[in-house]
Amino acid sequence: MTPERAETLEWLMQRVSAMVLAVCVIVHLAVIVIAVQGGVTSKEIVARVGGSVPWLAFYSVFVIAVALHAPTGLRNILREYTSLGRRATHWIMAAVCVLILVMGFRAVVGLYGLGA
Amino acid sequence: MSKDSLTVEIWRGREEGRFDTFEVPRMASQTVLDIVTYVQRNLDPGLSYRFACRVGVCGSCAMTVNGKPRWTCRTHVDKVADEGTLRIQPLKNMPVIRDLAVDMTEFFEKWTKAKAHFVPTTTRHDDFAQVSPSDPKRKEATAGIECINCGVCYSACDTVAWLGDYLGPAALNRAWTLHNDVRDGGQSDRIKAIAGTGGCQACHSHQSCFELCPKHLNPTASIAGLKRATAKAALKGEI
Ligand code: HEM
Ligand code: SF4
Ligand code: SF4
Ligand code: FES
Repeated sequence: MTPERAETLEWLMQRVSAMVLAVCVIVHLAVIVIAVQGGVTSKEIVARVGGSVPWLAFYSVFVIAVALHAPTGLRNILREYTSLGRRATHWIMAAVCVLILVMGFRAVVGLYGLGA
Repeated sequence: MSKDSLTVEIWRGREEGRFDTFEVPRMASQTVLDIVTYVQRNLDPGLSYRFACRVGVCGSCAMTVNGKPRWTCRTHVDKVADEGTLRIQPLKNMPVIRDLAVDMTEFFEKWTKAKAHFVPTTTRHDDFAQVSPSDPKRKEATAGIECINCGVCYSACDTVAWLGDYLGPAALNRAWTLHNDVRDGGQSDRIKAIAGTGGCQACHSHQSCFELCPKHLNPTASIAGLKRATAKAALKGEI
């Protein structure tokens, strides 16, 4: 793959994942607003999300979208504010992607497990 | 400072330098270029600056006026000297040669790098191409064609300041007009030249270029068009 094609596909991936994120954030905020009516407890959260396959799927998509979206943006910022080259920022981008996936899935799977 | 005169601060030197202050008589319909010319002819013959046509055609007179890049020959003092003072500096994002004259070499080299030149597909022996003014592609090209290469947008663009190899709004705008020119034969090379690091994807859509372009062109919209075009080409594996 040429660097031009790779960079353009990364750009496209950031835009597509941003669209997914926009939907995810709206759902996420709506659930928060509804859930806090009359106070919220950890028990309630576990009762709703724990062991639920649809919620597992939703938060998995959310995590993957963030993992695809944020590293590209961070890479652009690094390129503009530091003198790091294409190669270095590429590896930093990959590392941030893995970090978000690990942290995100640790939370998502952990919460699912609590209700199973 | 009285109502009949204006206090003008003008940059002197190169990257390192100072402001010199002058009192310049006010006149009706006076332009910023008139002010600079007055200073050079009457107060300090050593002042360096650049202009040619004085009527907004050649694109050589751009300077930073009270912090913003402007074509000085068509910028009225009334419009920009709101506090009764004028601070005139060379364009940003280009090396200063001396005083108000900047080195535009890199600006133009980036046009070459973006392959922002027409590639003919016919010879003088062929008939004229027939392009309808109402053709959608022609309309896109027409919207961006009146660029005078003044460098105002390039000077206004933060991305140019941050990312040294960013091609910039002017070169990309020109690439977009050629992208929509059905007579042009350089399409695939050009799409490749404007994709990737330093290419159209680096634009953050700040729209400073659009806000300040004296010809009211919209490089941001042109670049958005190029982003779509490169995305299509990347999906098809053409770049
Ligand atoms: C509601 C969901 C989100 C939407 C709709 C969204 C949308 C966008 C868009 C359109 C851009 C491109 C801007 C540009 O290139 O100039 C962008 C850039 C960026 N996004 Fe997001 N984003 C969202 C969530 C996030 C999240 C959760 C993170 C980080 C954890 C993030 C981090 C970034 C970063 C660092 C940039 C780069 C900024 C830049 O290039 O100017 N975004 N976002
Ligand atoms: S829209 Fe793009 S080209 Fe125009 S000033 Fe902003 S970053 Fe620069
Ligand atoms: S696009 Fe506008 S501001 Fe930029 S060089 Fe052309 S005329 Fe000047
Ligand atoms: S002197 Fe030619 S555009 Fe201003």
